[in-house]
Amino acid sequence: MSKKLLLEHIDVEGIRTYDVYRKQGGYQAVEKALKGMSSDDVVEEVKKSGLRGRGGAGFPTGMKWSFLAKPDGVPRHLLCNADESEPGTFKDRYLMEKIPHLLIEGMILSSYALGANQSYIYIRGEYMFVMRIVEQAIAEAYANGWLGKNIMGSGFDLDLAITPGAGAYICGEETALIESLEGKRGNPRMKPPFPAVKGLWQRPTVVNNVETIAAVVPIIQHGGDAYAAIGIGRSTGTKLISASGNINKPGVYEIELGLPVEEFIYSEEYCGGIKNGKRLKALIPGGSSVPVLPHYLICKTAAGEPRLMSYESLADGGFATGSMLGSGGFIVYDEDQCIVRNTWNFSRFYHHESCGQCSPCREGTGWMEKVLHRIEEGHGTMEDIDLLWDIQRKIEGNTICPLGDAAAWPVAAAIRHFREEFEWHINEPKLSQERNYGLVTEKTFDAQPA
Amino acid sequence: MTAVMNESRQFTPELLEEVNRIVSLFPEGKQKSALIRVLHLAQAHFGHLDTEAMDYVARLLHLNPIEVYEVATFYSMYDTKPVGKVKLEVCRTGPCMIEGAERIIAHIEKRLGIKDGETTADGLFTLKSVECLGACGYAPMLQAGESFHEHLTEEKVDALIEEYRANPVANYMGLK
Amino acid sequence: MSENPETVSVTIDGKTIQVAPGTTILNAARQIGGEVVPPAMCYYSSLKGSGGKCRTCLVEVSKGSEKDPRPMPKLVASCSTTVMDGMEVKNKTSERVVDARGGVVEFLLLNHPLDCPVCDQAGECKLQDLAFEHGKSKTRYEFKRREFDKIDIGPYIQLHMTRCIMCYRCVHTANQLTDKREHGVLHRGDAAEIGTFIEKSLENDFIGNVIDVCPVGALTDKTFRFRSRVWYTKPMDANCECSKCSGKAVLWMVGNEIARVTGRKDENGEVTEFICNECRFDKKDLSQWNVEGPRKIERSSVISAGHYEQTAPEHTPLLNKA
Repeated sequence: MSKKLLLEHIDVEGIRTYDVYRKQGGYQAVEKALKGMSSDDVVEEVKKSGLRGRGGAGFPTGMKWSFLAKPDGVPRHLLCNADESEPGTFKDRYLMEKIPHLLIEGMILSSYALGANQSYIYIRGEYMFVMRIVEQAIAEAYANGWLGKNIMGSGFDLDLAITPGAGAYICGEETALIESLEGKRGNPRMKPPFPAVKGLWQRPTVVNNVETIAAVVPIIQHGGDAYAAIGIGRSTGTKLISASGNINKPGVYEIELGLPVEEFIYSEEYCGGIKNGKRLKALIPGGSSVPVLPHYLICKTAAGEPRLMSYESLADGGFATGSMLGSGGFIVYDEDQCIVRNTWNFSRFYHHESCGQCSPCREGTGWMEKVLHRIEEGHGTMEDIDLLWDIQRKIEGNTICPLGDAAAWPVAAAIRHFREEFEWHINEPKLSQERNYGLVTEKTFDAQPA
Repeated sequence: MTAVMNESRQFTPELLEEVNRIVSLFPEGKQKSALIRVLHLAQAHFGHLDTEAMDYVARLLHLNPIEVYEVATFYSMYDTKPVGKVKLEVCRTGPCMIEGAERIIAHIEKRLGIKDGETTADGLFTLKSVECLGACGYAPMLQAGESFHEHLTEEKVDALIEEYRANPVANYMGLK
Repeated sequence: MSENPETVSVTIDGKTIQVAPGTTILNAARQIGGEVVPPAMCYYSSLKGSGGKCRTCLVEVSKGSEKDPRPMPKLVASCSTTVMDGMEVKNKTSERVVDARGGVVEFLLLNHPLDCPVCDQAGECKLQDLAFEHGKSKTRYEFKRREFDKIDIGPYIQLHMTRCIMCYRCVHTANQLTDKREHGVLHRGDAAEIGTFIEKSLENDFIGNVIDVCPVGALTDKTFRFRSRVWYTKPMDANCECSKCSGKAVLWMVGNEIARVTGRKDENGEVTEFICNECRFDKKDLSQWNVEGPRKIERSSVISAGHYEQTAPEHTPLLNKA
């Protein structure tokens, strides 16, 4: 089994089309499942694989599937979350754009496992051009008998459609996605009831990320045990990483979980090191919501262990000295980047994307943005730093959905690790407009790989 | 609501067929699920979503107008006010910002003589800075209609503007 | 743990009560009454789908249940969390709750105009009560507040969006009254507003009830505007023959004049029966009503504080308590 499971055939010419995909072994996993496996067998393989949700939360997929309520006579639904909107993340788009049939094959397998006969892919509206590609692939799958009634004579029926959003990060939250798919505003729902019991149209529903669903294909093809043998500990299999920022080779990479962070940043196979010979200042490993790490906590954990690209290692040290793998949105900052400006920028994002339903997020995200902007523009006071800390603290954990946390964490982490830089902005408003703090603090750049 | 509907203020038979196809993707009675996509079509067809366009969509899908207004004002891709024929939407979020999104926005502002959010006097271009479009590895970038333009430079932007000036493609999404 | 299989046992701030399975923490607290009841700005028991949004009713679950005693890691919205047998909840006795609630009150007041001196709701405003109890005297918000123009949504109701706290109660009310809802929530985030999008008057026969469910002064009765301050009026229970509603209302009197008519509210400040627009807006002549007697004002608020000697004798203990 190769280390590349999802992107193995990505460079094959024409892999976007059905014929080429099929020639490369496509839809064999569906054949295997529909001919020789019960739906429970498929669930069992996914459980054995240790696959965890690739959208950001990292919840074990097999377990999520086993929560699905199965009342008699009530249709169930599988929804694919293709609302990829977490800043720093563009892997799902890459997968759908390059190899759409892998997602469709995964949708067939997963729908079969869940007993869902009508499944949907919800894609962010801005990816309309990707929707066209996937819609074309769905039509091909129908034409070749992989979708529709009685697939391959198995008695299993599946209708699959893709439907767009229209510009709302919040619709990546699963209950907001469901609301949006019902043609409503993307307001997250109160839980319980959970979607597994009452989801789309009040029916039992599973929502999985694009990459999660695609990963079911190699799991069925090679078996859950083989998948679990890849990776490290509870971080099994491979993960798509969207690499961006000040690196030589930004793009989407498939890595085996457990790869050292240092290797990912500096090796030619992946990011190829920091651009323009600059030094690494900070890193966000899992999309804009997760805590930023200062350079001295990136390649090694606080305990001095090598930091690995895995759920556990990236979280090592908790929020005090660690972060999260999240969606794998890997944003690299070189020494010229301003932490205050970046924090303000992300704060503006969350303010813009708050649905406005619950008070702490609706009011608090905008307040944080305004205070951060004041500091960035050179009008901040020392009290502003404490104020920011207090606002984020009162948002975190107190909102209906995780957007509140997503807005609070980056602010908290920036203050935790870069408080001096905030203070410098406040004490040296003129200087901070002219140049970057990182340049004047050589001490923070000890022991960087050459 | 005007009593008489101008003929151009309705969908073409082809579009109505597309509406039916979209509605058919959902179970009987769940036609509201088609709303978001049909609003994209309406925006593409009518230019922007004014009250008349939204009321028309409400009638097509058997919804109360307020249900359409609520949705149309929630999602950032919908325009309830007129915009230019070509909407240049520049991503301004984190990874794009550090790769020069602000420089690109400033360049377009200078080039077109408009500020972020404004439309040129000839009604051709609207500039809008938007949040993350999922092209972080190919920054800076902008979206125009269904197209992503990535790895932008000032020169590329100039060429793009000329290209769109010569051939102002429909700016909106949803039409093939 | 409950002895009775038909009920579950829950303890809130040290007070234990048996309630029906499926009861929310908030409703269990309301059954106990008094200090253990969390404030609720958006939940309204008779409005389906309401609750969960304002976050003022957050409580700490220090013990999940008898079966699974682990505490819940996050504070939960008591209005939408059901009790489990043996659950232990902390409301005012939790420092985390007091801290978080203070935060929520600050958030709610952030964009609120604090125009109580000219607001018709003053004296019976839930936000005013909440701010009084949990708020700080000084705001830390130094930016421009959100402002909207006042608009009339029909001849009788004024919408003053600047005061709105987005509880969605009025939208749920309309949903409950009609299949043809005409107002809703527009835009999003802190730009979200209640509105009709196009100028429109709300026509439903019962739409006046949005005024009664509004916790703040965002929706007010135009027939009452500036007629009097609430605390100068004398509430009287009254009824009338009405073909549309029960005709059971409260008349808010200034002398012998009816200043306004509202529905009757229970001890949680919730209307027990919706009244029709005709009773609310048109029947302003005392001869149209059978007056039952002075209205009990159970809530401790400015209204009851000003409630002087006219209050019926059986109400005085409540006043003493307040």
